[in-house]
Amino acid sequence: MSERTEDWGLRESATFDRRTIHEIQRAADTGIYDIRGFGAKRHLPHFDDLLFLGASMSRYPLEGYREKCATDVVLGDRYASRPLHLDIPVTIAGMSFGALSANAKEALGRGASAMGTSTTTGDGGMTDEERGQSRNLVYQYLPSRYGMNPDHLRMADAIEVVLGQGAKPGGGGMLMGQKISERVAEMRTLPAGIDQRSACRHPDWTGPDDLAIKIEELREITDWKTPVYIKVGASRTYYDVKLAVKSGADVVVLDGMQGGTAATQEVFIEHVGIPILAAIPQAVQALQEMGMHRRVQLIVSGGIRSGADVAKAMALGADAVGIGTAALIALGCNHPRWSEDYQRIGSEAGFYDDYQAGQDPAGISTQDPELAARLDPERAGRRLANYLQVMTLEAQTIARACGKSHLHNLEPEDLVALNMEAAAMARVPLAGTEWIPGMGT
Amino acid sequence: MKKLSLAEHSVRELNSALHDPRAMDDGTEWYVSDPDGRHALACGLNDELQVTIDGHAGYYCAGMNQHATVVINGTVGVGVAENMMSGLVRVRGNASQSAGATGHGGLLVIEGNASARCGISMKGIDIVVGGDVGHMSAFMGQAGRLVVCGDAGEAFGDSIYEARLYVRGQVESLGADCIEKPMREEHREELRGLLAHADMDFDPGEFRRYGSARKLYNFHVDNAGIEQGDSHE
Repeated sequence: MSERTEDWGLRESATFDRRTIHEIQRAADTGIYDIRGFGAKRHLPHFDDLLFLGASMSRYPLEGYREKCATDVVLGDRYASRPLHLDIPVTIAGMSFGALSANAKEALGRGASAMGTSTTTGDGGMTDEERGQSRNLVYQYLPSRYGMNPDHLRMADAIEVVLGQGAKPGGGGMLMGQKISERVAEMRTLPAGIDQRSACRHPDWTGPDDLAIKIEELREITDWKTPVYIKVGASRTYYDVKLAVKSGADVVVLDGMQGGTAATQEVFIEHVGIPILAAIPQAVQALQEMGMHRRVQLIVSGGIRSGADVAKAMALGADAVGIGTAALIALGCNHPRWSEDYQRIGSEAGFYDDYQAGQDPAGISTQDPELAARLDPERAGRRLANYLQVMTLEAQTIARACGKSHLHNLEPEDLVALNMEAAAMARVPLAGTEWIPGMGT
Repeated sequence: MKKLSLAEHSVRELNSALHDPRAMDDGTEWYVSDPDGRHALACGLNDELQVTIDGHAGYYCAGMNQHATVVINGTVGVGVAENMMSGLVRVRGNASQSAGATGHGGLLVIEGNASARCGISMKGIDIVVGGDVGHMSAFMGQAGRLVVCGDAGEAFGDSIYEARLYVRGQVESLGADCIEKPMREEHREELRGLLAHADMDFDPGEFRRYGSARKLYNFHVDNAGIEQGDSHE
């Protein structure tokens, strides 16, 4: 606040703050809701609200640099004859060609493959660049079925049936006309330049009983070789996970409300869904009650940024995590080197979220050939691999400090919460107490 | 002709045999008996096989078909020939919901009626229905042609893109952004070819044509409250 306003004793309203006033005035000017990318920006209970209890007298730590702490994970061995074997439990979440440039998709594949993990297609089909550079590629099966074809289905290492995503559980995708290039339009069988509206429901099944039959069909087409994931946005997680398991999922992918999107109404991003911190314990409870925890693997996403987040998610019971926004940032999204360009389009490095506009100075969320050429897929892929490496080392550091020889051995007992909200959601004790709000202890 | 009874073999055994490159050895014709409404029959075919399913089939029969001809001597459940890429699927009886959903190519013929959402999100497939289609048929139809020789239910062609729709009977109501369009000779010629391909004996002159008004192609405040059948023209 400037000196002048302090002198006048001006007081900003907590209810009608400047951001709120700006949005009311923007709505009055345009008559249409705000559409943007990125994920929820509001403050939410998150992994930062948890801490690990490192070993001391009562627990035995592992030597930090020499003793083994494994990171591998097998995904999809419930029914599929060819489950995925990943070297690290950090996967790349689904993001479409269309939302992202072909170079960005290739870079994601390169980075993931270098670290022995998987990447995922998106709403728009599979590109040659992506398949060619991805050792493990998960093929999304979405309501729109854009670009869906059985050849790609058979080429996939896993199939992810998408019911929703954390940024917009209950909503379909959007891709604004400025990003519907000729190639994107051809892949999606749409006219170039239109504002594309993806369906929010699948066209040929309507509930878990139908979904079980749909999954049977997908397994028949792929001769029961390929794992089938079910992805849900975090909302009624306990029930959704139970139904996903009942429907025959090999893997459940759970995306919290901090998960990113390429284009959605801001009101959706900020007001629908629940934080991943609240969703993981519900999912784990559902799996445990069905005797399926670790048998049906759980991948969680939505705001994973560091090895600490990876370790905390796994301690709460996840088998692996997915990253989307963080992966794009590793590629170069919001990098200060493009600061002047961000300012030219009314944004700033560190704030840019207009992925829908197709003007990304970093060349990632764009179909503009000149902008897309700014991203060198080889170099960006190396940056992503570096980042994944750091996350893995960080998670191992924490796991060893807790005396764990595998990341999967982390457990809720290793965690405490800094505040009551996080304690209640994560179902771990408030730090310094044995109290878990809502658990009758 | 190779014969397989589903009273004696599992669906997995059937599809495994049809997916096997040796399925084309000693002739391309397969006869499948005793389907008894089983799901996912003859799905994911990728060869020029001629498969006859003698009886009723369940969900997703001939799903994602490529190249093959599949004839069902009975009724079919949800999603027959869903996401078909090429080939021919013929249903001698009626079809449940979402027939030909998201299909990219090939021809689906339903000699009886089709239930709701026939041709939903169609992406290039041709569908010819001898009888009626239920509500929300051709919803978000992107490409391809849907021919209805009977009546169409409510919200026909809702939110349609570039699919072309022909109806011989009554349309209960049109969906958002779907309008009737002039039937010119080029359309009668196109329809004549589709009907002939489907072995349907109807006069193209009895049909009306429907398609997109293209008013929902871009987000705009004036589209926010659009009603079914509105074209905003």
